[in-house]
Amino acid sequence: MSEDKKKQVSRRQFLNYTLTGVGGFMAAGMLSPMLRFAIDPVLKAQGGGDFVAVVEVDKITTEPQRFDFTIEQVDAWYESEVTKSAWVFKQEDGSILALSPICTHLGCVVSWEGSENHPERFYCPCHDGLYYKDGVNVPNTPPTEPLHVYDYKIQDGMLYLGKAKPREEA
Amino acid sequence: MIQKLYDWIDERVNITPLWRDIADHEVPEHVNPAHHFSAFVYCFGGLTFFVVVIQVLSGMFLTMYYVPDIENAWDSVKYLQTQVAHGQIVRGMHHWGASVVIVMMFLHTLRVFFQGAYKKPRELNWIVGVLIFFVMLGLGFTGYLLPWDNKAFFATQVGLQIAESVPYIGEHLKVLLAGDPEIVGAQTLTRFFAIHVFFLPAALFALMAVHFVLIRRQGISGPL
Ligand code: FES
Repeated sequence: MSEDKKKQVSRRQFLNYTLTGVGGFMAAGMLSPMLRFAIDPVLKAQGGGDFVAVVEVDKITTEPQRFDFTIEQVDAWYESEVTKSAWVFKQEDGSILALSPICTHLGCVVSWEGSENHPERFYCPCHDGLYYKDGVNVPNTPPTEPLHVYDYKIQDGMLYLGKAKPREEA
Repeated sequence: MIQKLYDWIDERVNITPLWRDIADHEVPEHVNPAHHFSAFVYCFGGLTFFVVVIQVLSGMFLTMYYVPDIENAWDSVKYLQTQVAHGQIVRGMHHWGASVVIVMMFLHTLRVFFQGAYKKPRELNWIVGVLIFFVMLGLGFTGYLLPWDNKAFFATQVGLQIAESVPYIGEHLKVLLAGDPEIVGAQTLTRFFAIHVFFLPAALFALMAVHFVLIRRQGISGPL
């Protein structure tokens, strides 16, 4: 009997538990919409990105050239036109490769043969990052992955570029 | 687990007396609705505080999206209300809460007034309470402009004219609030924003602290 009594919840404990429960429920009801509101950018689905006309296909050579193009950027309530660039060239098999100029090390801008000391390479001036012509990073330079590649399609002799994506390594 | 954590801290910094002082004290019988149901009138002060907490929290979250700029203010409000998850709820809390605060505060004031609870020795706390009332009205007035829609704009224009009608200093007061002698615009909005989220809340917190310290000092007024 006395053992039993010890395990019983006292009136004070019971009230404490109920009050904590109800209080917690109310606090959660109040705070959860606010937290969901705050973390919304993390949970928002990424848009696929539209394709934009960049250049006539017959201007593309086997030598990487830089082409600039503008996209409509929707930044929450602010809409603007943003200029992007791509290094575009014809590969040996005739297919087109459009590389993003954003260095995969820390985000500087690379350019083809940007340094006289490194011919036939994409060069990043920030920390001497190097990439081969196909965008693959040269080992033992700071970048850790190849330059991102733009999705592309060709329509009526024009090159259209979409979103730059990390390369899926074989 | 929580008990252990509490004990660990308490052993080192001895927080129990502090905690006792803030929260652990008896509720007199005449204030306890369990004894006399009519004692619910004593809840309005606490309810005002509760809604103020909601206002502060929802306001903090709203500033994650809101911009106090005439080009973008309205668009950012529209964005947070229609595009952000639960935006309608969070803005709704702040919008309706603003009115609820005034109602609760008014009921609290009525209770104190009709019970004569403001009498000696509690006159100071009445004064502090009235100051809190003014700060709240200021928060309501300045917050009203922030969405930068037509209603907000013209309500503020009226409010500024009221300020202008103050004898002698009216004109200066209006320029001080609007930031420009003629235009209700870019400078008005940034000023109202600063007043709404920094100056008045700071004043409110200070006054509330005094209000609560005085209650603890003097206790709740006795039964009628
Ligand atoms: S950012 Fe390009 S090498 Fe560091």
